[in-house]
Amino acid sequence: MSNTKSLLTIKDLYAGIEEKQILKGFNLDIKPGEVHAIMGPNGAGKSTMGYVLSGRDGYEVESGSVTFNGENLLDLEIEERANAGLFLAFQYPVEIPGVSNLEFLKASVDAVRAANGEEAITSSELLKQAKAACKQVNLPLAFLKRGVNEGFSGGEKKRNELMQMLLLKPKLCILDETDSGLDIDALQLVAEGVNSQRSPDRSFIIVTHYQRLLDYIKPDFVHVLADGKIVKSGDASLALELESQGYAWLENGNVEAKIEE
Amino acid sequence: MTVQVEIDEALGREYEAGFISDIESETFEPGLDESVIERISKMKGEPDWMLEWRLGAFREWLKMEEPDWALVDYPKIDFQAISYYSAPKSMKDKPKSLDEVDPELLRTYEKLGIPLIEQQMLAGIAVDAVFDSVSVVTTFREKLYEAGVIFCPISEAIVEYPELVKKYLGTVVGRKDNYYSALNCAVFTDGSFVYIPKGVRCPMELSTYFRINEQNTGQFERTLIIADEGSHVSYLEGCTAPQRDENQLHAAVVELIAMDNAEIKYSTVQNWYPGDENGKGGIYNFVTKRGICHTSAKISWTQVETGSAVTWKYPSCILKGDNSVGEFYSVALTRGRQQADTGTKMIHIGKNTKSTIITKGISAGRSNNSYRGLVKMMASADGARNFTECDSLLIGDKCGAHTFPYIESRNPSAIVEHEATTSKVSDEQLFLCRQRGLDPEKAVSMIVNGFCKEVFKELPMEFAVEASKLLEISLEGSVG
Repeated sequence: MSNTKSLLTIKDLYAGIEEKQILKGFNLDIKPGEVHAIMGPNGAGKSTMGYVLSGRDGYEVESGSVTFNGENLLDLEIEERANAGLFLAFQYPVEIPGVSNLEFLKASVDAVRAANGEEAITSSELLKQAKAACKQVNLPLAFLKRGVNEGFSGGEKKRNELMQMLLLKPKLCILDETDSGLDIDALQLVAEGVNSQRSPDRSFIIVTHYQRLLDYIKPDFVHVLADGKIVKSGDASLALELESQGYAWLENGNVEAKIEE
Repeated sequence: MTVQVEIDEALGREYEAGFISDIESETFEPGLDESVIERISKMKGEPDWMLEWRLGAFREWLKMEEPDWALVDYPKIDFQAISYYSAPKSMKDKPKSLDEVDPELLRTYEKLGIPLIEQQMLAGIAVDAVFDSVSVVTTFREKLYEAGVIFCPISEAIVEYPELVKKYLGTVVGRKDNYYSALNCAVFTDGSFVYIPKGVRCPMELSTYFRINEQNTGQFERTLIIADEGSHVSYLEGCTAPQRDENQLHAAVVELIAMDNAEIKYSTVQNWYPGDENGKGGIYNFVTKRGICHTSAKISWTQVETGSAVTWKYPSCILKGDNSVGEFYSVALTRGRQQADTGTKMIHIGKNTKSTIITKGISAGRSNNSYRGLVKMMASADGARNFTECDSLLIGDKCGAHTFPYIESRNPSAIVEHEATTSKVSDEQLFLCRQRGLDPEKAVSMIVNGFCKEVFKELPMEFAVEASKLLEISLEGSVG
């Protein structure tokens, strides 16, 4: 593995919003095909990480570097990052009334294709792919004609995010607490969707507060984020450890000792 | 996917229709008095009754005051500084066919995306092209005539069909109706005339394309559409003007008459030059549009207003006959320093009359966008119903959206519903779109298009795409 080129390398990243520093020396290295889970207590900076990586306005990087697919990610505009293959599945997907899902998908897919010098997708091909994606995430086809997230339930919105991911085929998917507010059936559907997309050229960052999503998506690595930096990393068993002991045990000395190693 | 727009990168960022055509014109000296009106009438070869009608309107106009109740602000217009007639010289000996029309004129319309050569046109749309004060050409006339439909310049109708014109002209918008309509009655130069005979469904879309070219001229067009019993017609108008530093006046009057069981669908895509970012130049668009519905008739107004420096316009329906239906669907977009005060009046007279008003106002830059509407339920309007929905969308924090709904009900059985919302293009929406790869301008135009969808779906298909493209172009540069 060590010889493989990294897809994403975050080095000593300090970033925040409106003067408030949230990420404080964040490091992460992801190789193609890997699934990384990032866990941590509320307020640790989990969502901030997703926003900083995707370039959301208002999030400022003070220092550190982020390399994505060989490029300096921080130099790119939001849409350039998206077109380079970075996808953020939102915790609370917003509604865009009147813009049909299908229309939105076509515009997104075409934007990514244009950025890669490809021609626009034909409507019939898009429809074919969208129908298949609907089926996979168990959304009725009627949702393609409905406004983006307009009147969708929480679970439907999450599945809609997943559908967009299936069509856009990104290199890196960041799932920001995609499991929050989902019942067990919906959770399984989301997990199946993600698992079906696992491939040697697609990596995932799964941000979650709870371990239960990881029952269905087996991560290669689990990281614990606390106070803006990763304080512990391990394999899937770390998630179980966190589940049984909570986040409180991280605050004792042995974690600090580990970081200094 | 009906309103899915393929962006043509080649479309410029500037006001596209802003070019000036180099055409030799015969233009009156600026100024207005009875002799000017006599000259206009003479140029058009009008009968005496028409001249008298004009002069009557002019005398009324002199007694009237310019209205100031609209939420628009512009310097006082000097009506003596405007020229009231301008026509391409080549039109003097009226061309008999397209081959005789000045090629420069044909090129002008082609540049605007309106080819007038019938073979090149979208099948199924007949066009009347009005250039400054005259109609240049009307296509597909013979084909329409076979169906009994009259579609010609109004100047011609006055001469050819005086009985029809005399019977209906001024019956919906009277000469004393308002300041600008009175002025229009006095000096109108051209426009379209449509007559659909009983029971005929007009075999194609009719459209008029208005172009102001000459400097310092006003355009005073007059349109009269008569749909006889049980007939049906869909009509569309488009408007553009060159980019000039001076303001120009456009004061039109449109009258629609829908006889029993007739239906008129009237769509407008208005893209007059809006002036520059600082508010220099642009068209003053002061328009009176009104239709009357007889028993079980229906009039539907759909407008997409993106142009003009100042818009003052309230397409209205008088629902006189029982069971008649009035509809008003509007998208008004203002940016830069544009000001729009637009809406409708629904006057319910007949029993069980119904009206629907859906408006979408979009404000960007430092513009001001107002909806002003009247729903009036007369004492006779038993069981009448109205539904109104006014939505405003703000882009940025220096623009304004205003809603002035007036409701008067004199019949306790009438039901009036009014809904209004104001929203902003949110950061979250923009971020979602950009995270999915769309650039900010495309993202905003998509969000705005979605906001307008309810109205766009009322437009004839080709024009829905055009309207959506127009919004996209108009929104360029309004982000960030």
